[in-house]
Amino acid sequence: MKQGSTGAWVAMGLGVLYFLLPLIATFEFSLRLRRGEYSFDAYRSALGSGEFQSAFLYSATLAIVTIVIAIVIVVPTAYWIQFKLSWLRGVVEYITLLPLVIPAIVLVFGYIKLFNTESWLPLTGSAFGSDVLLTLGYVGLGLPYMYRSVEAGMRALDVKTLTEAAQIQGAGIGTVLFRVILPNLRGSLLSGAFLTFAIVIGDFTYASLLNRPTFGPYLQRVGAARAYEPAALAIMAFAITWGCMGVIQIVGQGGRASRARS
Amino acid sequence: MTGATLSSPKTGARAFSLAPWLGVAPFFVFAVLFLIAPTFSLLVGAFQTPQGDFTLDNLWRLGQPSIRNSYLLSLEVSAASSLLGGLFGLVLAFAAVRGGLPAWVRPTLMTFSGVASNFAGVPLAFAFVSTLGRMGLVTLLLDRGLGFNLYQHGFNLFTFWGLTITYLYFQIPLMTLVVAPALDGMKKEWGEAAESLGASRLQFWTLIGLPILGPSLIGAMLLLFANAFGAIATAYSLTGPSLNIVPILMFAQIRGDVLHDPNLGFALAFGMFAITGLSNLAYLALRARSERWMR
Repeated sequence: MKQGSTGAWVAMGLGVLYFLLPLIATFEFSLRLRRGEYSFDAYRSALGSGEFQSAFLYSATLAIVTIVIAIVIVVPTAYWIQFKLSWLRGVVEYITLLPLVIPAIVLVFGYIKLFNTESWLPLTGSAFGSDVLLTLGYVGLGLPYMYRSVEAGMRALDVKTLTEAAQIQGAGIGTVLFRVILPNLRGSLLSGAFLTFAIVIGDFTYASLLNRPTFGPYLQRVGAARAYEPAALAIMAFAITWGCMGVIQIVGQGGRASRARS
Repeated sequence: MTGATLSSPKTGARAFSLAPWLGVAPFFVFAVLFLIAPTFSLLVGAFQTPQGDFTLDNLWRLGQPSIRNSYLLSLEVSAASSLLGGLFGLVLAFAAVRGGLPAWVRPTLMTFSGVASNFAGVPLAFAFVSTLGRMGLVTLLLDRGLGFNLYQHGFNLFTFWGLTITYLYFQIPLMTLVVAPALDGMKKEWGEAAESLGASRLQFWTLIGLPILGPSLIGAMLLLFANAFGAIATAYSLTGPSLNIVPILMFAQIRGDVLHDPNLGFALAFGMFAITGLSNLAYLALRARSERWMR
């Protein structure tokens, strides 16, 4: 492998160049707002706008609700698959992969067709209904990651012994799930949660087609209207993604972010 | 085991046996309502007339020039970005796994790839405008430093190649993430065994290495292909309607029925679903096949 090493360094160097240049360029661009000198004015202007704050808050709120719903759906499922219904494992795994197989824009098209104002469940007819639909859509987008993360955590636990031990002490199934299993899954839940958070904050397609004022459509509008603020926002978006992934790495569990989607 | 028999007399056991089903019920209800039914309803719509009768006419009409060109353009962007992304991603993974680099290189590359493969969408478009747009840093540096003006030499970020270069930013790391485990699976002993039997390096790769890696590589590139085919936010923000790939056309169709025919819109979705679905399924099948070598 000695002769390979130079080639490997060259390849790595070119890779670093391709991946770092856009980041450096974006940062440099974001500092150009003031003529003739570098400044953080673009950041001040972006962060100071009321629209930014409300859009970000909106997305963050949806993300938190999404994470809670995802946990409530995924944890019992993974628990029972591990404990009693292991013959269903394959089916459940295939279902959790669906959001990766079906493009997001096709899924949201399906939502709009199925839940339109004339349908049996007219979710798109009201703002609240659209929020519900959007949130459940996000649960779907995060499902592959949340399920895999929780499932890996569940495998590492001795679910049977934990359950039986708790039952001997007189615990009901709710107590088992929420006071015994859930606390033991902290790491898995955190990595699933942060990945879901990154997905929700980064979404553009769902929110703009369901007409909800989240962060993604806001970014897109700023991009069309302004010159330097978009670069500042891109740096912040990258920092958020990095932050989420960093937490996942620290939490461990190898919750690998493997699919780009949007 | 004894604990279970002790604590659950017969009645308790029966009451308990419903619990598993109640526990997984929300998952299945969710899956049916928000994953399966919406997709299924689109697929059905693709084969229906506005009156609800069965027809193949919608699919047939996907052949009209404007829609066909969208599909061709999408196929080209996806093919270019998955072939180039596959090649460069493989080179990077190869350098990290087998290039004899310091030990810290690999985990750093993998972590970065995890982030970058998720860095698609609107911010990515902004980043490339800042880099290779008319006022981008690289454009300016080349112009002022080397007197080479990219835009006078036919380059334009808001075209096919601009979009492809931008897509590579998430395609390359995705490839690196997906193939690194496959490269790990190539055991050192195989190379040594081949060498001791007198095989050259070339023979090793053509007769052993590639046949084993082949399914993983093809599978990974199919994953990249589907990934690019379904992506919309980056393209919407970068090139907008000037590059009318299928997801952009579909976005416009969902927003405002630009085709003036809802069922043709469903057929458009069906075509997209078929292409990405098939390449994803092929990826999963090939991955299952190549995992045989990684035990």
